[in-house]
Amino acid sequence: MPILLIAEHDNKEVRPFTLNAISAASQINEDVNVLVIGSNSEEVAKSISQVPNVKKVIHVNNSIYENYLAENYTSVIVKLSDGYSHIVCSANTFGKNLMPRVAALLDVSQVSDITKVLSEDTFQRPIYAGNAFATVKSNDKIKCVTIRPTSFDPAPTSGGSAEIQNSDAGEATEISRFIKKEEIKSDRPELGTARVVVSGGRGMQSGENFKLITAVADKLNAAIGASRAAVDAGYITNDHQVGQTGKVVVPDLYIAVGISGAIQHLAGMKESKVIVAINKDGEAPIFSVADYGLEADLFEALPKFLEELNKLNTIQK
Amino acid sequence: MKILVAVKRVIDYNVQIRVKEDNSGIVTDNVKMSTNPPDDNAIEEAVKIKEAGKATEVVAVSVGEEKAQETVRKALAVGADRGILVKADGIIEPLAVSKILQKIVEKEKPDLVFMGKQAIDDDCNQTGQMLAALLNWPQATFASKIEVKEKSLEVTREVDEGLETIEVNVPAIVTCDLRLNEPRYASLPNIMKAKKKPIEQINAADLGIDTKPRIDQIKVEEPPKRKAGIKVASVEELVQKLKNEAKVI
Repeated sequence: MPILLIAEHDNKEVRPFTLNAISAASQINEDVNVLVIGSNSEEVAKSISQVPNVKKVIHVNNSIYENYLAENYTSVIVKLSDGYSHIVCSANTFGKNLMPRVAALLDVSQVSDITKVLSEDTFQRPIYAGNAFATVKSNDKIKCVTIRPTSFDPAPTSGGSAEIQNSDAGEATEISRFIKKEEIKSDRPELGTARVVVSGGRGMQSGENFKLITAVADKLNAAIGASRAAVDAGYITNDHQVGQTGKVVVPDLYIAVGISGAIQHLAGMKESKVIVAINKDGEAPIFSVADYGLEADLFEALPKFLEELNKLNTIQK
Repeated sequence: MKILVAVKRVIDYNVQIRVKEDNSGIVTDNVKMSTNPPDDNAIEEAVKIKEAGKATEVVAVSVGEEKAQETVRKALAVGADRGILVKADGIIEPLAVSKILQKIVEKEKPDLVFMGKQAIDDDCNQTGQMLAALLNWPQATFASKIEVKEKSLEVTREVDEGLETIEVNVPAIVTCDLRLNEPRYASLPNIMKAKKKPIEQINAADLGIDTKPRIDQIKVEEPPKRKAGIKVASVEELVQKLKNEAKVI
């Protein structure tokens, strides 16, 4: 039986984590159908049909889906769920909000945030903020699974030509309404997919001082991250937060500056390939996960770091 | 307006957890337990709404073993009026918890149900959304701001791209983010007073809910250890290592 994957998009473009979820889904079963629920979202359906791993796109196009509400999406997904072995989507705030509502109506015990596919019913997932990994086997007839996007490579976006099938809308919800979204637009790479992430913590001491982080991030074409302490202190907005309750990142290079390394922060970054810690407290827990630790005052080290980077002429973009 | 708040007893967030030697789970014997952190935010918000005169009663409910009574008691000490403990042993999956809570909601008829957005032990992030589905109520997940209106709530949600605001009709489920508020500490007099507040005990089995796990937990393992890193003496050395050894810049 095929897999039904729920796409995340803004009616114009597919959000990147959908591609990581498609990769994971094709490891479960190669027959992946993608459901696009949207309004004037033809472009989204078309671009997903070009993903080679996708066998069929089901497009539900109606003005009631101009903005994503879990209540609206759920009725369509439940209606279309017959004949599928799995319903999957990414385990970011989109999928975390949506999937349990679907699972409960199907009377399914959901498997959240998988990091590995071991077989069609057995998965690995982190528990306790990634301080342990559980291997779990789902016994439900339909399996509802959310996928940790950073644990799977994104699927290629061209070369495919899946059929696009239109399907009817569900009923519009009257119990909840979208009001607004304050999106922070940036020219930088997205935090979840960037090759390099430079993060600041409480040690930055102010929002103004984050310009030191910004300068290094500009040089390395990096995304900017932050610890919860820095966000709570108002130094930077919440969309930068890395950790158990923020974003999980797995870049090639993660540079933690003025971050002590609480368990909750480590949960969001310790799978990074190379970790650098710059902190003046030599006993800070961040050093226990760092490949390269520099015990130094960040206000001296960061400008010096930038100066040294400027001397190199081989920085990868 | 009446608010039901669900709280979970979990290993304290400061404890470095240990995996059992036979890989069957996590060591919980003689480990410090506390309220799941975002559940503290849920209680705080409910109590604040009551203090603002917009709610008449706050009821704390927990599902778990006998000792989860301490978690309910703690909620009473920071302002909840009374408690309910639904006793069930072993792993209770979010689907079963939400079915139990559905029964409690049918009995208590609250206007709002609050809980943390995620428990820090199993990291499932499911119960609130599942309960909303079973009741056919709207859900406002990952809330960092709640404004109580006449027959609705305006809720600001923490989402990947930034902040989203939605309006949900009452009755509604709200799952709370850590950023929603700053939970208060219980004062000694309030801890004493909480001892006199009633906690009703119910057995999950008496509610007719099957709590047997649907998912087999095959094994629990420690994450792969990172190989020990090194300390570098200077910024110059750091840049050289990143370029020539790690080859990431």
